[in-house]
Amino acid sequence: MATTYDIATKQAAPKQGSPVPVIAVENLYKSFAGHKVLNGVTLRVNQGETLAVLGRSGTGKSVLLRLIIGLETPDSGSISIHGQNILGLALDRMGAIRKKMGFLFQQSALYDSLTVQENVAFPLEHHRRDMSRSERSDRVRQLLAEVGMEGDLEKMPSDISGGMQKRVGLARALALEPEILLLDEPTAGLDPISSGEIDELILKLQRERRMASVVVTHDLHSAKTIAGHLALLNEGDVVIEGTFDDLQHSDIEFVKEFLQQS
Amino acid sequence: MSNRGFPAVAVLNPPLPARHDDVISGVTSSVSRLFNGFFEWFGSLGIFSWQVLRAAVTPPYEWRELIRQLDEVGSKSLPLVAMAGAAIGVIISLEARYSLTRFGAKSMFPATLVYSVIQIMGPVITGLVVSGRVGAGMGAELASMKVTEQIDAIEASAINPYRLLAATRILACILMLPLLTLATDACALLTGWFAQTLVEPLSFHQFIASGFSGSTFNAFMPQTFKTAVYGLIIGLIACFQGMRTRGGAAGVGRAATNSVVLASLFLILADVVLVKFILVFFP
Repeated sequence: MATTYDIATKQAAPKQGSPVPVIAVENLYKSFAGHKVLNGVTLRVNQGETLAVLGRSGTGKSVLLRLIIGLETPDSGSISIHGQNILGLALDRMGAIRKKMGFLFQQSALYDSLTVQENVAFPLEHHRRDMSRSERSDRVRQLLAEVGMEGDLEKMPSDISGGMQKRVGLARALALEPEILLLDEPTAGLDPISSGEIDELILKLQRERRMASVVVTHDLHSAKTIAGHLALLNEGDVVIEGTFDDLQHSDIEFVKEFLQQS
Repeated sequence: MSNRGFPAVAVLNPPLPARHDDVISGVTSSVSRLFNGFFEWFGSLGIFSWQVLRAAVTPPYEWRELIRQLDEVGSKSLPLVAMAGAAIGVIISLEARYSLTRFGAKSMFPATLVYSVIQIMGPVITGLVVSGRVGAGMGAELASMKVTEQIDAIEASAINPYRLLAATRILACILMLPLLTLATDACALLTGWFAQTLVEPLSFHQFIASGFSGSTFNAFMPQTFKTAVYGLIIGLIACFQGMRTRGGAAGVGRAATNSVVLASLFLILADVVLVKFILVFFP
């Protein structure tokens, strides 16, 4: 039987008056065309914490992220951001919540008709109309410098490598200074050196910005590096949640098998 | 019982006669699926239209994207509709002169050309040409953005994709179609007159004066401005087909094809209603 914890209970029983979790997912169910993808997932992420969601391909990890940012609607359950239930919110009201979130897509999803700097400027142009053109340009350069892409401002997404696209995607996700960062397979498809660089970059950003982050990955090494807490999904449910040590000392057969194969 | 000479399989599994009930239930289920798909498509189009309308009338307005789309739909379609108009003008001129001469009504040539171009051919040809160019372009562009998660990225950036992508494109089509129709009409009249002049000299001033004599505002304006409805159809269908795409490159191809086919079909069907409407309200 699957064991489900949440970070709050894993660390200590929440005291009265303890801060509301930044992300709270309760009993989330989601299915596509009759196929159950998420089967009662419960997770919490507090300010400054990074949770890595692990699991085999097709276990609903990416779906979980898309549900948190409102790109999909769950069949049942609840998702709260800073204590506010986001389910059923109109697109424009959801927009106000999304401004607090940065999302890195698995394939980066850069706008292919815009240059690297236009991609990063895109959210600023729409939400920071108070900024002058030069302020915006400075901010874009600063963001791209943070991810090591300051030399490729005028390049098109098709002219840069997968790893560079991830960096630009990350800079775009950080443009509005989000309080929550959602990363979908940030190292998937990258060589070990590029993966390591992306991991370093994520760690650096976490140290500097103290965002609540959820990282979906099947790369155990990357998860161990960037996340303090890990949750392992299987058949749409959280099998175990805790530190890497907790996973290593688990008696659950699936956990042992997953660690062995990774 | 002797089975000699027959294949064993035929003996063991003789073909079953088709059961009447099975055939009927198969046909019924196919028809039901077809009807469900039909109503589901219209239902989704209705929801999509409502979302676009709601996004279009609430701030912030995407002026810059609208101007970009006006250029995309208007300026870039202009050479195409001008050429189509020019060709139509020559064709009508040749056909009309032959027919009118046959029936001894040659003096009616300018009025016939003006009437045929402005009332009938100009709007429809412009609609179909723009449907082909813009409908396919929009459908494919949005479908490609959909399958590469760029539309999701826009939404994740707290930007309403219905406002940014759909409303601007649909509005650009609505505003540009009447202007493009005027361009088609002008080119058609010019080449129609030119083709006539090559055979039988006629001054342009005389051609225009004779062609528009006895015509009123009601005769021409509704025919030109009805193309705004064509623009609505082209933009709406192309954006809808593009933004609901699934299935990679094949899906993008399907979206582009469906955008053109459905927009052209609905455009012609709408014309039937619009012609009747104009005849009733602008006699």
